[in-house]
Amino acid sequence: MNSINSGSDKRIIMEELNQDIPTTETIKSEIEDSKSEILVVPTMAQMAAEGKTPEILFWVGCAGSFDERAQKITRSICKILQHVGMSYAVLGTEESCTGDPAKRAGNEFLFQMQAMVNIDVLNGYAVKKIVTGCPHCFNTLKNEYPQLGGNYDVIHHTQLIQQLIDEGKLKTQDGESFKGKKITYHDACYLGRGNNVYEAPRAALEVLDAELVEMKRCKSNGLCCGAGGAQMFKEPEKGKREISDERIDDAIAIQANIVASACPFCMTMLRDGVKHHEKEDEIQVLDIAEITVKANGL
Amino acid sequence: MIAQIIFLLILATAVFLFSKNAGKIRRNILLGKDLDRSDNPAERWKIMTKVALGQSKMVKRPVAAVMHIFIYVGFVIINLEVLEIMIDGLFGSHRIFSKPLGSLYGLLIGSFEVLALLVLVSCVTFLARRNILKLKRFSGVEMKEWPKSDANYILFIEILLMTAFLTMNACDYKLQAMHFSHYIKAGSFPISSLIAPLLPSSGEALEMIERGCWWFHIVGILAFLNYLPYSKHFHIILAFPNVYYSKLTPKGQFTNMPTVTNEVKAMLDPSFTPPEATEPGRFGAKDATDLTWKNLMDSYTCTECGRCTSVCPANITGKLLSPRKIMMDTRDRITEVGNNIDKHGKDYTDDKTLLDNYITREELWACTTCNACTDACPVNIDPLNIITEMRRYIVMEESQAPASLNNMFGNVENNGAPWKYSSADRFNWADHE
Repeated sequence: MNSINSGSDKRIIMEELNQDIPTTETIKSEIEDSKSEILVVPTMAQMAAEGKTPEILFWVGCAGSFDERAQKITRSICKILQHVGMSYAVLGTEESCTGDPAKRAGNEFLFQMQAMVNIDVLNGYAVKKIVTGCPHCFNTLKNEYPQLGGNYDVIHHTQLIQQLIDEGKLKTQDGESFKGKKITYHDACYLGRGNNVYEAPRAALEVLDAELVEMKRCKSNGLCCGAGGAQMFKEPEKGKREISDERIDDAIAIQANIVASACPFCMTMLRDGVKHHEKEDEIQVLDIAEITVKANGL
Repeated sequence: MIAQIIFLLILATAVFLFSKNAGKIRRNILLGKDLDRSDNPAERWKIMTKVALGQSKMVKRPVAAVMHIFIYVGFVIINLEVLEIMIDGLFGSHRIFSKPLGSLYGLLIGSFEVLALLVLVSCVTFLARRNILKLKRFSGVEMKEWPKSDANYILFIEILLMTAFLTMNACDYKLQAMHFSHYIKAGSFPISSLIAPLLPSSGEALEMIERGCWWFHIVGILAFLNYLPYSKHFHIILAFPNVYYSKLTPKGQFTNMPTVTNEVKAMLDPSFTPPEATEPGRFGAKDATDLTWKNLMDSYTCTECGRCTSVCPANITGKLLSPRKIMMDTRDRITEVGNNIDKHGKDYTDDKTLLDNYITREELWACTTCNACTDACPVNIDPLNIITEMRRYIVMEESQAPASLNNMFGNVENNGAPWKYSSADRFNWADHE
């Protein structure tokens, strides 16, 4: 996905609803990733062929697979898994949309079609535990798949990171220091209010040598980024302003240097908000996984 | 004796009319579709105790919370006094509890008085917040003349009732000091004793005012009771069952429609036979009667406080959507359906529906499903569920989703992703670095 710096990321994503996209093109990362290890991403199919069962399945999600910015989050999560030596695998091309955007938009047929096909694949590999890179996938897999025959222990990647920190497997002394930086966490609706996950993302930030600040609207009062409920894939209704601009007001008010996010859709919206306010030089939007990777020098 | 008969007649009429109108609301709620919320009674009692009885969700706005608790506690506790008033009214006694309760009676009447004053102060503050400070939360497209007047009437009536209660006690206090007629020494009057000097000194005049206030207070309460079914103030009753029947699953979890499950299973596996033919019905909700009884109970429980709308990201950024309007529209529509049944019989249908005649598509499509509204509601009302059900109708029955969403559906169906990427390229991210 070729996002340019001017203009809205969401608009580009919207345009891609209609376009056939050249897929072979290699895209340079905007932020230089430090490459201490070569990333090897195992798939469930490979593992199964070798007669192995990974401890956990990493459910990448559509944004994590296709959106250029979100791909960096995906690779960060893989780096973390590889670094701690956790046995994991992805579904690769066997993964398909969980059906979340269809369900929120009211298309229950399409949702359940997707769910049943995915459950077939997951149950085929006898998957027990899943970590997702997206709160929407997390919510759907965890809450809406069980009734349709898909019973898994589902966690979000921020919960995994918290767990790894608690176990002492992730330490922050080896990597980039966040000293003197003001970091604020933007609650993703489907983690926070949707599933009461407020502490895990914050726990991942608390280990940093940075100043953690809360926005005026946080935790259960957190303001949506504007992408949920399939808004990501449509024009917003007529109004005074974009929800993402309203949200970045909160970050500006506390003079945050970094807005930490835990959702690829929030990422797109928050970046649009930062661009709208022309604060690209002052405010960085980073996923908790990316921050963890930086802090650990992975 | 005549007074007792008049009192009995008024009381009987009030109770009869209230039961009739409350029964209509119950009937209207039951026009909704079935939904099983009989599970987990222990957890339900717990949540009701915490959220309804304990008002735990009110604390997010401390000023309103404190004032509201004054009125709420005042209302509940002063009703103990109403019990005495009822008995006195029916049997022609005066302060019948004073003897059996002894010194406790004085403490009770004294605390009622303090509460009555707190209720007065709170009501005046609430009126000021609505009419002088004009808090933004109390305005909006749905806050037309009736909802605004309704709120003011409620506060005004409560002020009148509390004033009558305190004036009655003040007269009693003076009459007791004068050893006038049957006014025995009973109760303590920390607040009304302060207004006593403003009252006349003649025993006859005092007795007239005391009786006048007594009648005004009790008839006022009974009239207020009968106002409830027409008012947002009905929340004082429905808040409790409504919280009891709350959704207990995570907020992010939407229902999986079982009728769809059967069809999808049959599509994927031709040998599948659905358990038994379920009622055909329509997918999602076009009219209020397509919603569940819980959606409808939610609508009658709504007291239009606007906490939902004030945190709605769509509303904050100027979109048409207001979760409070969704609830008020649902209530107004099901009331209209109920009135039609009363007037024209059970099978009558007008040419109106909740969708389009009350709630526009623009409102429904502005929702981000962020659950801020459901989280903010002090009585666990769920506007998001109504919005979802109406989207389901638009998408599955009418195929009228916005064009870009139809593109998204097509992509998910064909490529397994909301964008038009080939599923064969789904794993390319691993090679990019």
